[in-house]
Amino acid sequence: MSTPFYVSPEQWYQDKAEYARKGIARGRPIVALEYDNGIVMMAENRSATLRKISEIYDRIAFGGVGKLDEYETLRKSGVRYADMRGYSFSREDVAGKSLANEYSNVLGSIFTREMKPLEVEILVVEIKETGSALYQIRYDGSMSDMTHWATIGGDSDKLGDVIRGGWKPGLPLKDAAKLARRALAGSGIGASIDDLDEKTLEIAILDRARKGRTFRRIVAEEAKALLSG
Amino acid sequence: MFKGQTYAGDSFYEFLRADHPGLLPDWTHMDWTHVSVLHGTTVLAIVCKEGALMAGDRLATEGHQVGTRDLEKVFRIDDSSMMAIAGAAGPAIEMVRMFQLELEHFEKLDGQPLTFEGKANRLSFLLRQNLPAAMQGLVVMPIFAGFDHDKGRGRIYKFDITGGRFREADYYSTGSGGKDARSTLKKIVRHEDLSREEAIHAAIGALLDAADEDRATGGIDVARGIFPTVKLATRSGVEDVKDEELRRVYDAISAERRAA
Repeated sequence: MSTPFYVSPEQWYQDKAEYARKGIARGRPIVALEYDNGIVMMAENRSATLRKISEIYDRIAFGGVGKLDEYETLRKSGVRYADMRGYSFSREDVAGKSLANEYSNVLGSIFTREMKPLEVEILVVEIKETGSALYQIRYDGSMSDMTHWATIGGDSDKLGDVIRGGWKPGLPLKDAAKLARRALAGSGIGASIDDLDEKTLEIAILDRARKGRTFRRIVAEEAKALLSG
Repeated sequence: MFKGQTYAGDSFYEFLRADHPGLLPDWTHMDWTHVSVLHGTTVLAIVCKEGALMAGDRLATEGHQVGTRDLEKVFRIDDSSMMAIAGAAGPAIEMVRMFQLELEHFEKLDGQPLTFEGKANRLSFLLRQNLPAAMQGLVVMPIFAGFDHDKGRGRIYKFDITGGRFREADYYSTGSGGKDARSTLKKIVRHEDLSREEAIHAAIGALLDAADEDRATGGIDVARGIFPTVKLATRSGVEDVKDEELRRVYDAISAERRAA
């Protein structure tokens, strides 16, 4: 009888983590940052139908990078979860924190139990009465609560450096959008800043000025105007 | 993917039925025909130049008594559509809530809203789910109306308890005073030519006629300041017509009728 091949748990987790990281590093990043009246999210995305940024609930948005089918499934689960909570309690009782926890549990348990980890990184952002909450959830389920801005995906550290240098409280939407675009261009894996325009960027906001569903996509002429000047 | 989720489609109702059946109401275990529950009375819809208008009085009856004087029976469903309810108020308002969520849920999951016809079909589906309760006395009679962006005009659908869905070209009214309101609305020659003001005038006139003939229709309660609910769906969204405007229309109609 042959001896079964032994792999230490450390090794096994390390291999899985490396596998997931490689997949995610290929994905174009997403940046989310506060502006004076909400949160703006931006990513390079040449498809107008396959989205990286989406609405979850009244004041909650979702961003996913990595394998599309995997974060799509997570996004849909999140919409079902949020709508179910809103139906059984009230719309005000749907919070970003519990949704982020749910994502963390799912990603964590898949990472430990399954052969293949999910090759995704998730962003859950929420606007509050004042300020906001931004949760970054990684492939292994680890979660960070970010303040003022957050980035996920390939080279997100470099993006973070640009935003750290330019972000300040009370930034108008136009300035926040320009900063986000500059960060995406500086990430190194995407297009240069001249190629990042309304056709190649996916832009959405959670707009505190709106009642009820605050999520809104900024496309076409409006996006062009936002990025100009 | 989340714990307890097995359903993978786009319908919120079917998701609850599959994974959270305990959250869905079930009225089918008893006979409701001898129990007094709140009943909504008269609601109406008219096509007009800008889109479609919906109106309803505010009274709900409980048997032969007044149940509530200020019940809302006309609801905004989304940016382009509205729903008005008559019949058993509890299940009807629950159906409104489910319908709103059904459309929002689809839009979020699928990335685009349903067509106007698709929305009417979903309401038809929800009515079919209510059929067992309707057979036991909890009948819900909705009207669905709004602005159809694909067709570029206002549209109205009426329904029966089996979920049957019927398009009405110009106007419709249902509930206890529905027939009386229809008698008034049918005298208009071309509904689609009605201006916003003419449509509001016609709606209030029809509700006053319904209240005149039908004891269960509330009319306008000037003493308490309770006015009908009137909503207008146009290309730019769903608008609530304000009480002050309704008061002016009411005063104008009263003056006309006194003079006649």
